[in-house]
Amino acid sequence: MDKLICKCGHENPPGTVLCESCGRPLNEQEQNKQLADMRYEGTARRSQTYNKSIIDKIWNFFSSVKVGVGIIVVLLIAAALGTILPQKQYVPATTEADIEAYYTDIYGSVGTVYHALGFHDLYNSFWFIGLVGMLAISLIIASLDRFVPLYKSLKNQRVLRHSSFMRKQRILAEGPGDAETLKKAEEKLTDLKYKVSTDKNGLLAEKGRFSRWGPYVNHIGLIIFLFGVMLRMMPGFYVDETLWIREGETRAIPDAPGYVLESKGFTLETYTGEGEEEKFGEAIDRVGTVAKNYQTDVVLYKIPEDALPGDTDEMEKVEEHAIRVNQPFKFDGYALYQMDFQQDELKTMSFALQNKETGESRGELTIDLVNPETNYELEDGSVVELLGYYPDFSGFENGEPQTATPLPKNPGFLVKMTTPDTPDGETSFITIQNTVEPLGDNDYKLAFQGVETRDASGLTVRKDRTLPILGLGGLIFMIGVAQGMYFNHRRFWIQQQADGSILLAGHTNKNWFGLKKDLDQVTEHASLPAYRDQQEDMEAQEKREGEQLT
Amino acid sequence: MSTEKKRNKKKNRTIMRSVILLLLVAAIGYTIYNSVTADEVEVLKVGDPAPDFTLTDLDGETHKLSDYKGQGVFLNFWGTWCEPCIKEMPAMANQYEVYEDQGVQILAVNIAQSNFEVETFARQYGLNFPIVIDRDKSVMTAYNIRPLPTTMLVNPQGEIQRIVTGEMTEQDIAGFMEEIKPE
Repeated sequence: MDKLICKCGHENPPGTVLCESCGRPLNEQEQNKQLADMRYEGTARRSQTYNKSIIDKIWNFFSSVKVGVGIIVVLLIAAALGTILPQKQYVPATTEADIEAYYTDIYGSVGTVYHALGFHDLYNSFWFIGLVGMLAISLIIASLDRFVPLYKSLKNQRVLRHSSFMRKQRILAEGPGDAETLKKAEEKLTDLKYKVSTDKNGLLAEKGRFSRWGPYVNHIGLIIFLFGVMLRMMPGFYVDETLWIREGETRAIPDAPGYVLESKGFTLETYTGEGEEEKFGEAIDRVGTVAKNYQTDVVLYKIPEDALPGDTDEMEKVEEHAIRVNQPFKFDGYALYQMDFQQDELKTMSFALQNKETGESRGELTIDLVNPETNYELEDGSVVELLGYYPDFSGFENGEPQTATPLPKNPGFLVKMTTPDTPDGETSFITIQNTVEPLGDNDYKLAFQGVETRDASGLTVRKDRTLPILGLGGLIFMIGVAQGMYFNHRRFWIQQQADGSILLAGHTNKNWFGLKKDLDQVTEHASLPAYRDQQEDMEAQEKREGEQLT
Repeated sequence: MSTEKKRNKKKNRTIMRSVILLLLVAAIGYTIYNSVTADEVEVLKVGDPAPDFTLTDLDGETHKLSDYKGQGVFLNFWGTWCEPCIKEMPAMANQYEVYEDQGVQILAVNIAQSNFEVETFARQYGLNFPIVIDRDKSVMTAYNIRPLPTTMLVNPQGEIQRIVTGEMTEQDIAGFMEEIKPE
């Protein structure tokens, strides 16, 4: 395509509607319009001019605002669909296969489709990320395609515009003037903080051009924000893990290499409703208990750089800390939050070795359910030998007791009891409230005496190195919004024609009321001809015509 | 002159647009790749050096992974509550008898259970290979083990040769040992 050479001699890029320099309409369609389309200063949106190679076609696709809005709509619909069934992290299953089965079992074929399409883990499904990426491409390309020509056009604009351009502006004034008019107008406009440039018989007054860059600054902010979100998927930038730790346990902190945490204890305090806490009395009466504090007391250890995982002797104590709700333990960019708890898990069980007939006790033993011993020696040479321990007994398979989990939820013990009365020993399988004597009736039994319990704390391990980037993106976004919303780009063109009459045109990208207020002041000071708002005139006329028809 | 200029400009434009599009598509591609692979073993991939560790077995002997350089290491993570783990243990013991002399070492890493449970289990199944206990789950964390059983096959160069999740048959085990056997 050839460059468009305007009558004024300026070379415009192909596709330009209004000459960059003088503002003459460059095509017939534009010539016939009553008001000029000033949205992008009548520049060629480059996308719509070159359309040859495949690259141009892709480029043009993403340059379209319609496509951008379309992508946003699709994303909104997808996000809405993603809330219909629970996301996978809220599903009581851990492995991929179990999660898939869960959706099918609970929600039927709808669930199967939902899972297959990736709605169960929407933010990580490839097509969702792909769509967000396409939105990013659209933001960048659409901005480039509009910003560059707009910038060039505003940079190239002349003071003297063609009268056809001026007459197509919404604010227009024509009438007599005198020798002082231009000078006085310039005075007042400078007064009103306009940047005024003059050329021969005319002037251009301009204010707030930077407000035109608002949308592009805003898009830069969005792109930075999306970049930050993208970084979250890179290893090392973002950690969001759960750590269950029981009182007395020492555990490596997931995704925090080199750090190990010990739980000293979990505390749940409630309000008593007495003394200073009397104000909680009413609430306590109503709901039973009101929690005051959830707290895990922990010790943080660090494995030295040269030590290896598993090398527990080399651990160095870093700090003791109390983690409370909303008061995370922060160290080295990580934060540990108190998120959940589980009270009264079994820790030890006590039994008495009793003669079934006489009830006579041979003494008591306490089995540590976390770390049981093999032999428990009692009075007069009686011994209880632990043959098998099944912390979460789930039944027998091929005669073998099974455990479902490593946690002592339903402990089962296979024991051999030896007393002076029964020197050969008697075997018994004990679970809570049930005893099996697999090798015939026994004389002795282990009678349950009591339990000790411990609490488990559910902690969240979080690290987010992308926050400063997200913050920066958000800030730039807001600056762009303010720039575009609270400032306007206002321009006046004034020309004194050969016969001494004045031609004035005004344009703003928004807030026409403010523009008119400025012009009122200038008109008064420089005795300019009265202006009219051509768009209002047109609307009024349409209305009149409409009324005449009815 | 003018047509040549125009042609150049057009060429530049195509190059510019291609570069921008390529960069953006690469960024998206990388993001998708990361999110898809995030669920699997996040830190470790086949070909990575196997993280070194040191753990103590039931006899009180220390096993350091790097001490086995030059041998293949069959690193099996397991627990007594995990049914497929239990099932594959006797097969591992059988194959250990074959491959121990050929330079393949089994290390069975139990996840934070008590000495008693692990000892009882080893005795019951007559396990002949060293079993170490990862008491604070630090080795499990370093290897990012999610489901049990997971087996890391470490070749004589100390690199991860293969990552196996789920139950293995005796035939599988023999094949894997063959893979990591020193030349």
